[in-house]
Amino acid sequence: MKTLRLVWIYPDLLSTYGDRGNVLILERRARLRGIPVETVEVKSDEKVPADGSIYLMGGGEDLPQTLAARRLLADGGLHEAVRAGGVLFAVCAGYQMLGHDFGGSDGATVQGLGLLDMRSARAEPRSVGEIVADVDPALRVPRLTGFENHQGQTQLGPRARPLSRTLLGVGNGDGTEGAYQGKVLGTYLHGPALVRNPGLADLLLRWATDSELPALPPEAETLSGRLRDERLAAVSTAAAQ
Amino acid sequence: MDNSYRAGGPGRLPMRAKFATTVGGAAAKVSRLAGRDGSVISGIVGLRLEPELLSMLAQGRHIVLVTGTNGKTTTTRLITAALKTLGQEIASNSFGANMDAGLTAALSRQPDAQLAVLETDEKYIPATIRATQPKVVVLLNLSRDQMDRAAEIWLLARRWREALENAPGTRVVANADDPLVAWAASGASEVTWVAAGQAWREDSWCCPHCGSHLYREGDDWNCHECPNRRPPVSWVLAGENMIDPSGQTRPIELALPGRANRSNAVVAMAVADAFGVKVPEAMRGLVTVTSVAGRYTQVTRNGTDLRLLLAKNPAGWLEALDVMAPDVPVLLAVNAQGPDGRDTSWLWDVDYRRLRGRPVLVGGERRMDLAVRLEADDVPFRLVNDLDEAISLARSPHMEVLANYTAFQQYRAVVGRTE
Repeated sequence: MKTLRLVWIYPDLLSTYGDRGNVLILERRARLRGIPVETVEVKSDEKVPADGSIYLMGGGEDLPQTLAARRLLADGGLHEAVRAGGVLFAVCAGYQMLGHDFGGSDGATVQGLGLLDMRSARAEPRSVGEIVADVDPALRVPRLTGFENHQGQTQLGPRARPLSRTLLGVGNGDGTEGAYQGKVLGTYLHGPALVRNPGLADLLLRWATDSELPALPPEAETLSGRLRDERLAAVSTAAAQ
Repeated sequence: MDNSYRAGGPGRLPMRAKFATTVGGAAAKVSRLAGRDGSVISGIVGLRLEPELLSMLAQGRHIVLVTGTNGKTTTTRLITAALKTLGQEIASNSFGANMDAGLTAALSRQPDAQLAVLETDEKYIPATIRATQPKVVVLLNLSRDQMDRAAEIWLLARRWREALENAPGTRVVANADDPLVAWAASGASEVTWVAAGQAWREDSWCCPHCGSHLYREGDDWNCHECPNRRPPVSWVLAGENMIDPSGQTRPIELALPGRANRSNAVVAMAVADAFGVKVPEAMRGLVTVTSVAGRYTQVTRNGTDLRLLLAKNPAGWLEALDVMAPDVPVLLAVNAQGPDGRDTSWLWDVDYRRLRGRPVLVGGERRMDLAVRLEADDVPFRLVNDLDEAISLARSPHMEVLANYTAFQQYRAVVGRTE
């Protein structure tokens, strides 16, 4: 079977908070299905390879976010990979960068990568807290649970589709959360978003392998299932009070 | 204005400030009678009556402010212990209350202390520098920490730097091995550079000045695109030893365990030196510190010797895992209450693979988050509901207990009742 190649983009700039979790979850869920997997970490002074299967971009502070966008535009490797059908998954600052532009540190508009038809601006107040959202049924991914921590507001254009509709939390700011366009997907669920959402990890794996995936043995899903249930129950209890 | 060394204390305070400290002190007494520690209430009440109280109380004293993401409380204790050899009264906020009310309370509790060593929250350090005009500011380290409520660290570094640029009379004692700290400290007019080491590097791969990738080899670092580089150091942590500015190497004798505490100790000796305390005297002070606000406490419960370790963020967990005795069972506990940060994402920044091969128990209110994390690192573990269940499952003469802030306080309350 073809080796799945995960490419983690700029962990030196874009890895604010537990972003490694997404790499670890994808590796685990691929291995459990017998898919060979390797991970490449691309530092910000290195060229982005165009032959990856799934590209990952994490969160970052304002200045690193601006620097990362500038470098990726100059490098061109990520654009080439996406044109060739590579999967791209980005969270938080990485998500904002995928649009046409986003709000930088002193309110300046910064050019984004243009890989998702959307624009982001800075918004007050900062959105911090648990987030729950129902995913576009076309994607066959169960309800999202995560934590958001951002100061952005994102408006989608006609070519990008909302990833989900929020039940709790802010997300894009208009009742939707995240976006996808082809095999490029971004979300405000920050850090290790795939940990509580293994269904989202499986969507990325389906896209990358271009095939349906066998279910995992139930014991491999026990702990993450308990964590998901616990988190969803905790926020519904909080909402009921 | 009288600036002589003996000038401090409420004898010189304006009437309103005197009133504010008196009322605040009474509030603290009431608070202690009510079973609380009273370490903040007097400051809250005092500041309400006189907003300038902190700066009034600081006037005429020699103040050391200690800040950083990790090691503030311990380093504050070590510096205090080293300076004790001067034989003077020292005011300190030894309970870790490190914002303006805590600092105000610490100074008003000891109106006659000419020296003060104050742990200061990393967000409050610029305002505290302005209010207290410290003799020395200690910058330990800067890394990701509870980001649902803390400021971003590049932003913090910039604020530190700006505050120090405007504090010409202040000496900074700073860790040259942490690029963010070094960049912030180089705004100061006088810096004592300490090679205090940096175990956690995930927040310093990029130049804080220009953002380019930093080149790092051993403890050295430099930027290829701007002149920013590691400054020349005068105090060095070298394994189990320290090297002082004269070049003399000595073993570091400490009751506290681990690399991080040896690092804190070298910083404390550099601060003591600024007050004229020689290394051998300072060292005699340091070795008297055996536990700090419950951290490193060793207690026996149900026949098992426990050692309590507190760590609040990835850098802290990295250092704590390094301290643990080999093969001893370990209980890990994580909560996500307000003081812990409500987001548990940071668990994914810690490498747990080093725990493979020893018994691991997992507790705390967010134990499922930790369970999924350990599963991803192929570390076998058992879930427990409380400390006693962990002890009975471990069935071992020793157990290490590593917990984040409120989980630690909960366990400490449990073992406290057995003492």
